[in-house]
Amino acid sequence: MQRGGETVLSLEGLGKSYPGVRACDAISLDMRRGEIHALLGENGAGKSTLVKMIYGLVTPDAGEMRLDGQPFAPPDPNAARRAGVAMVFQHFSLFDALTVAENIALGMEDAPPPRRLAARIREVSELYGLPLDPRRTVGTLSAGERQRVEIVRCLLQGPRVLIMDEPTSVLTPQEAEILFETLRKLAAEGTAILYISHKLEEIRALCDTATILRRGEVVGTCTPAETTAREMAELMVGASFAPVAAAARETGGVALEARGLAAPAPGAFGTPLHDLSFTLRAGEVLGLGGVAGNGQDELLAVLAGERALPRGMLFLDGADVGRLGPQARRARGLATAPEERLGHAAAPEMSLTENALLTAARRKGLLRQGFIDWAAARRFAEAVIDRFDVRTPGPEAAARALSGGNLQKFVIGREIAQAPRVLVVNQPTWGVDAAAAAAIRQALLDMAAAGTAILVISQDLDELFEVADRFGALVGGRLSEIRPMHDLSLERIGLMMGGAHDMEVAHVG
Amino acid sequence: MIALEKRPEPSRLWRAATPLVAVALTMLAGGAMFAALGADPVAAIRVIFWDPLFDPSFAAYARPQLLVKAGPLILIAVGLAIGFRSGVWNIGAEGQYIMGAICGAAAALAFYPAETRAIFPLAVLAGAAGGLAWAMIPALLKVRFGTNEILVSLMLVYVAESVLASVSSGLLQNPDGMGFPGSRNLAQWDAVANRELVAGTGMHWGVGAAFVAVIAAYILMSRHILGFQLRLSGAAPRAARFAGVTPGRVALTCFAISGALAGMAGFFEVAGPAGQISIDFGSFYGFTAIIVAFLGRLHPVGILLAGLLMALTYIGGELAQLTLGLPAAAIQLFQGMLLFFLLATDVLVNYRLRPRRREAA
Amino acid sequence: MDLATIQPAILIASLMVSSTPILLAALGEMVVERAGVLNLGVEGMMITGAVSGFAVAINSGSPALGFLGAAAAGAALSLAFAVLTQFLLSNHVATGLALTLAGLGLSALVGKPYEGMKAPTLPKLDLGPLAEIPFLGRVLFSHDVMVYASLALVAAVWAVLRFTRAGLILRAVGESAEAAHALGYDVVRVRVLAILFGGALAGLGGAYISLVRVPQWTEGMTAGAGWIALAIVVFASWRAGWVLVGAYLFGGVTVLQLNLQAAGAAVPVALLSAAPYLVTILVLVIISARGLQGAPAALGRSFHASG
Repeated sequence: MQRGGETVLSLEGLGKSYPGVRACDAISLDMRRGEIHALLGENGAGKSTLVKMIYGLVTPDAGEMRLDGQPFAPPDPNAARRAGVAMVFQHFSLFDALTVAENIALGMEDAPPPRRLAARIREVSELYGLPLDPRRTVGTLSAGERQRVEIVRCLLQGPRVLIMDEPTSVLTPQEAEILFETLRKLAAEGTAILYISHKLEEIRALCDTATILRRGEVVGTCTPAETTAREMAELMVGASFAPVAAAARETGGVALEARGLAAPAPGAFGTPLHDLSFTLRAGEVLGLGGVAGNGQDELLAVLAGERALPRGMLFLDGADVGRLGPQARRARGLATAPEERLGHAAAPEMSLTENALLTAARRKGLLRQGFIDWAAARRFAEAVIDRFDVRTPGPEAAARALSGGNLQKFVIGREIAQAPRVLVVNQPTWGVDAAAAAAIRQALLDMAAAGTAILVISQDLDELFEVADRFGALVGGRLSEIRPMHDLSLERIGLMMGGAHDMEVAHVG
Repeated sequence: MIALEKRPEPSRLWRAATPLVAVALTMLAGGAMFAALGADPVAAIRVIFWDPLFDPSFAAYARPQLLVKAGPLILIAVGLAIGFRSGVWNIGAEGQYIMGAICGAAAALAFYPAETRAIFPLAVLAGAAGGLAWAMIPALLKVRFGTNEILVSLMLVYVAESVLASVSSGLLQNPDGMGFPGSRNLAQWDAVANRELVAGTGMHWGVGAAFVAVIAAYILMSRHILGFQLRLSGAAPRAARFAGVTPGRVALTCFAISGALAGMAGFFEVAGPAGQISIDFGSFYGFTAIIVAFLGRLHPVGILLAGLLMALTYIGGELAQLTLGLPAAAIQLFQGMLLFFLLATDVLVNYRLRPRRREAA
Repeated sequence: MDLATIQPAILIASLMVSSTPILLAALGEMVVERAGVLNLGVEGMMITGAVSGFAVAINSGSPALGFLGAAAAGAALSLAFAVLTQFLLSNHVATGLALTLAGLGLSALVGKPYEGMKAPTLPKLDLGPLAEIPFLGRVLFSHDVMVYASLALVAAVWAVLRFTRAGLILRAVGESAEAAHALGYDVVRVRVLAILFGGALAGLGGAYISLVRVPQWTEGMTAGAGWIALAIVVFASWRAGWVLVGAYLFGGVTVLQLNLQAAGAAVPVALLSAAPYLVTILVLVIISARGLQGAPAALGRSFHASG
């Protein structure tokens, strides 16, 4: 492997301000040929603004960039691509209704005619071990396959600098390992890779150098292989906070039970649910892992009651609740918190008081003969804000004015404050800063200790290791066998998430 | 260059101010239009906005007309606004208004020539039922088949106009009318005439109903859980489903309310100001009410004010036709411009304007 | 009644004429919607095109200039929609309605002096011996240039959307504005251009009514054709070929009901004159019941690039 080649891209004092926020401040870093360079930081640390500047989506207001020693100031992504900078996005860059080839053509500067392009896609995708059919519609691909589309799109242009934004968040550990091989191969060919992640172990295994950002500034650089995860985490977060601690718990009777739960796919690109069965006891945390798009949203929708189920599939305290709507299920003590905070769990333009009313109207007695007791609703919102340390000017603030972490604390706090029998959460700490994530996980564990049955659907395996007692994997809308968490290694979980049913045989790899 | 920057929260100040800014801009642009038509713009604006209320030679006639014209506009717009806030687009109020008038008139005429006043409330209900039934067509098709309610409700306006043409020279034609198309005159039949509640003010039963609708809608939307659920459906449909609100019920509720109110407005009109069912009964109120709803910020009290303002432009427009010879269409364009400017300035509620710095090259 | 008075060849030929306005408008709107924009102002742009085309044709004596003027007027009105929805981020539905209301007022105002006048109309193209072919000659080769132009436009739009990079970018923008922006495409520019194209075509469609089909100017003469064009886009599942089918199907219903009225069919006149609208509703129901396919994912959603 060729490391420590000449500098390809150098950033010198780069800065960008938005009104009221200094998103990036005097950031300098150098990337050399063949180097895999990690960019570490919490949400809001300035990582995405920084890469958007390199990719031409945002114009810096201070500092300069040099590519091969020449001044580099791409006015738009097309210019960046022409100069040899490519980027694999975490979100928002594929078109579901278009084919793989069309998606790739859109991301290329001078795409060849369709037939030649299709041949090139096959060629490159096989060369790097990322098989793809150019004629498939992207909406029908799995999350991992979608990422391949993005990577192949970049590779076709032979980039000098490749930016990867949180690429493993949608992959199983095994798929991630394949990705790392591809990246090492690319680096060996001389590509400089800027690798954004917050998974520290992965960075230690893969990257040559790491630059750590906090509040828009560089707070440190290190060689990951020689630095502990703990040290990097402290640099990233800045302050230490109490680690999540689980109290000893006793599990009670079965609170929630699914028996052969099944539901057709909602819409063209949804996932159907097949024959899901599990039991959830009071005081227990069941973790359901899985790669994005394997039925997580669909499962939450049927548990919340957004979609009704036939008789005989879902039982709350022994009673069939499958045909009940969300309000009736909440009244019986089944609370849920979906993944998408803005627009699903909360109405962005409405105030926190109104958003508190959204799920708590009946359970907290905020209605009198259908008329809203606004004073009581406001008091409830204030109580949630106080108890879960939600940073906001007050209960009249619009939900969209809150930061992701604060809104998530409010949304989960709103359900916890209703003292449900069963709480189902999907991606409770997705896109939330470390301190808020720790607070949310602690709140979940405290609730379980108090006897609530909790189902955590999450794509973050570290999170599940931290909170769950038992683990199951969602694969293509099916549920794997459920195992005690402490029995499982990361490798086994990866196999479960990949859909290997017979663990002993699959263990060979 | 000017750049838009999203405000962390919608601005309350601009929410109240944009209708005023829009009215001011419309006066400017309208003035330019009047000038282009060869009229003195200042005089035209004065004739439209000032003379109907304050000129001694017109005010006596024009002031009562203000309520007569505002009544149906407010009644229809209050219903439409509930739908618009819930993300349900009933664009066919004109059709529901026509069908309400037809059904109300038909129900009343079934008792002709009885002289009991009991017919009047019955006919009001029949009018509301007619509008509601007509509105249920797009609503049910939307709920059952997912059909676009905008297009269906609009198509039904044209169908209602065909029905109107047919009944005014058929089913409801005045048998004593010597073959002329048009029904008996309801306004001259004491049992069902929509009389003035206070003589000389123009305040007829329909205007009273409009005021009641404003208050009821205000209470519904700001105090009752049903209103909250409707607002939630409009603001964040997925969150509404999460809260347990069924989209189908929202659509049915909104169409039912707006259809019934439009139908009622139709009957009050036919039994009062219009007097009879005739081929030219359709008055465009159903479409103008859309402007009123937006100009009133989809808020009942705002709609009350917007309805009065819009009524003023109608009366002032007629006056301008008489005194300045401005064409009637000029006023229609004037009202359209008002909605345009309102939508244009609305951006200030959620965004701030900032001068964009020169891009660092 | 006497059904023998209805001749198939003339029926089909007049079907093509009566479909052309809606075909043009629907084709334009289809392109607009493929870019993710819902412009409900088609009716307003059509009637503005109708009156402008008529006025220009009368004053210049040239129907060709009339059509050009109509396209320009339709595009100019749609520019107002583009500014509001793309730069001032107004609600697409409300703005489209405003456009229709303003267009109706504007056309009535502009058209007042032209009522009752007669405009120079488009001559039929002289296709020589082709027009002499029995039946087919009457059906296919006896039309004016706009009928053929509209068919050529259908083919052109189909080919551009399917085979060119510009078409791919347009579809991408309609599918996800965020993704297109992230890849460096100017979403607003693409959408504004699409809106202008839609406006120009709606204007042409309107002018075809006032200059060829009727041909004179009366207030409100488009009589909902713009709304029907919107319905046809849904019927066509946003595909050019099906827009043609839908428009001709609709034209067929219109011509047939006129012929039935003329032949004195024993059906109430009200029902016949409402037939086009009822058929539109029926078609919408059938299409929706089957499940909407091909709707651009970002249809009607505003886009504002932050940062």
